[in-house]
Amino acid sequence: MSIPAVATRGLGKRYGRHWALSDCTLSIPAGLVVGLVGPNGAGKSTFIGLMTGMLGPTTGSIEVLGGPAPNSPEQLARIGYVAQGTPIYGGLSVADHLRFGARTNPGWDAALAARRIQDLGLDLGQKAGKLSGGQQAQLALTLGLAKRPELLILDEPIASLDPLARHEFLQSLMAAIAERELGIIMSSHLIGDLEHVCDYLVVLAGSRVVLDGPVAELLACHHLVTGRRRDGTSLPPGVQVITQSHTDRQSTFLVYSTVPVIDATLAAEPVDLEQLVLAYMGGAARTTPALEVQR
Amino acid sequence: MIEFHLLSRSGVAPYLQLIQQVRSALRLGLLEEGERLPTVKEVSVALAINPNTVLKAYRELEYEGLVAGRQGVGTFVTKTVSEESVAAHQELSQDLRTWLRKARATGLDAEGIEAIFQRAIRSEILEEQAV
Amino acid sequence: MIWMTWRQFRPAAIAASATLVVLAAAVAATRPTLLSLYTSAGLPACHTACASDASNFLGSVRSSYTGKIFWAGIGIMYLVPAVIGLFWGAPLIAREIDSGTFRLAWSQSVTRARWATVKLTMIGGATMLTAGLMSLLIGWWSSPLYQAANQAGPNTFQISRLSPTMFSTTGIVPLGYAAFAFTLGAAAGVLLRRTLPAMAVTLAVFAAIQVLVPMLVRPHVIPPVQTTHAVSAVQIGPAMIGAHGLYSLGLLGISGHPGALILGNRLVGEAGQTLTRLPSACDFGPPDSAFSSCLARHGIRIVVSYQPASRYWELQSAETGMYLLLAAGLGGLCYCAIRRRQRAA
Repeated sequence: MSIPAVATRGLGKRYGRHWALSDCTLSIPAGLVVGLVGPNGAGKSTFIGLMTGMLGPTTGSIEVLGGPAPNSPEQLARIGYVAQGTPIYGGLSVADHLRFGARTNPGWDAALAARRIQDLGLDLGQKAGKLSGGQQAQLALTLGLAKRPELLILDEPIASLDPLARHEFLQSLMAAIAERELGIIMSSHLIGDLEHVCDYLVVLAGSRVVLDGPVAELLACHHLVTGRRRDGTSLPPGVQVITQSHTDRQSTFLVYSTVPVIDATLAAEPVDLEQLVLAYMGGAARTTPALEVQR
Repeated sequence: MIEFHLLSRSGVAPYLQLIQQVRSALRLGLLEEGERLPTVKEVSVALAINPNTVLKAYRELEYEGLVAGRQGVGTFVTKTVSEESVAAHQELSQDLRTWLRKARATGLDAEGIEAIFQRAIRSEILEEQAV
Repeated sequence: MIWMTWRQFRPAAIAASATLVVLAAAVAATRPTLLSLYTSAGLPACHTACASDASNFLGSVRSSYTGKIFWAGIGIMYLVPAVIGLFWGAPLIAREIDSGTFRLAWSQSVTRARWATVKLTMIGGATMLTAGLMSLLIGWWSSPLYQAANQAGPNTFQISRLSPTMFSTTGIVPLGYAAFAFTLGAAAGVLLRRTLPAMAVTLAVFAAIQVLVPMLVRPHVIPPVQTTHAVSAVQIGPAMIGAHGLYSLGLLGISGHPGALILGNRLVGEAGQTLTRLPSACDFGPPDSAFSSCLARHGIRIVVSYQPASRYWELQSAETGMYLLLAAGLGGLCYCAIRRRQRAA
């Protein structure tokens, strides 16, 4: 059993009286591209803060790559982090940023960094503040990759980028993981960004984890079942209803079932990732109190 | 060399799209025996998809005997569409034409026919995946 | 991290260096004028009883442009620690929190503790160096004036190194102030997380401390000397006589103790008891020699509480030490606040 990228037990984080994340217990396998999805305020950034050592837990525990959330140089070297908004030093040049990386990371791969900057066509002398949003994101990504981490965590890296910059960023990311064994945890509030890129998914809603698992398995085990109007309990055994909606004649169920749904009176279709995530997020919304503090 | 493209919202999984595109290229003669497919890295970067997806497609094609991977060198086409399959395809085409005539005779229009066809394909694929 | 701290500090370092160069040039350019006034007052040749020469020198300085330069130098030394605190201290950490770059800095392979330590010590050192060099330059320029002031005794120019106005701008205390202002700014930045509010708070607190310390703390850091003198031995300035008797005697100085900082005085009678009113016979008229001899006839003497000029360096060291201790405390506060993993802000 290999060491998971992130393993949590009952992890929770509270600010004042508001729980930003609660009751989080999961084990994310290493070496995969993991998508962390959820609406704004659901706890994605908090969870990432706990993973990267920026925050300390209120309850429960978290282990990253088999060790504590990074607070020592060794652990910091294994885990890369690109924060929301891909912060860079506006007054420093691209070359300065690379030098910063080289001076503060013993594991820095200068050749990799130089090659990436060249491939991206960035001018080394250019002040980082004058770069476009997409270029800044790529610079931040270069800094995260060139220290050769085992796990790279990205907080909404493409949220504010235009479609082309978004595409190029994902291309860069895919190139990086194709080259070597690198685990990625990437958060987004748009599932469309992540669907072709992730092989593992964690869905957060209402400060809780509502769904997690390998993407292929999730897609294989969830189906959209339609048929004449009926009650959810009258479905074949072993089929678990996630969401349902009814008209006067028709019932539609999004179900979880490890075996194919074979029933002559029902039509079963595969679901796509977006429908799936929405279904689980919607379910959580219905059980959360209305006075949920939004950030 | 073949160039892949991806339709995001087609309802067909990306790896299946890649497989289909290879098969279709073979059929049209765009891919010849011994030709090298793009590397997993090249495809995943070009389409911005997970390399595992590309790997899955290539492995499936290898399982079907259409391609073979050589360690450190690349993935190569092992056979093109054979004469037998061409003949089989002829037969399939004929069968399809017959079916289409029947469907038109019942009064269905092109869209209606497509709907039946899509439904059938999807459930076929689902059953196949489940097996 | 050392390179990075230097790189981030580079624009400020260049500005500080440029300012120092300009200051040095100004000092070099204007000192000859000061020296010529010094020479024309006859002071280099004078060895004893130079009081009148010294007074003439001081008077000539005051009435010339050189006097304005002196006050400009004082003004600069007041501003320097505050400016350093505001512009080097407050943004040190607040700007990184404000702009989110702390997330970039803290995800490299250096711990927060090291990041904070390097930043605080390197820039802290730079602030003390800058303040020290400025104090050196301006102190060197002003040294003839302070020397003459000691020789001249009480004078209308009122230059004294121990006086509240000037003590803060000479010697080594500017280093202490600068270190304090810097760490105050840094701590405000860590706690408030935004640069502008941190600057405002730093300015307010620093100004308050700089007003309160000379008033309440400095005179008592080393217990003052208390001696009894004949009234004729002190130079009395404006005496405020109230309707019900003596209100207070303003003293300008004590004979034989030039440059002393006078903290308080009281009149005592023959038996040593404190008097609150003058004998009616002396209770009018200007505080001249007749006044002193009147008091002497009644056996009245004056007890003066003061810091002698010779204690200048002791007082400087004590005050600098105090401020450096404060600075160290604030630096420690910064360090601890950064290490706490409560919020990512």
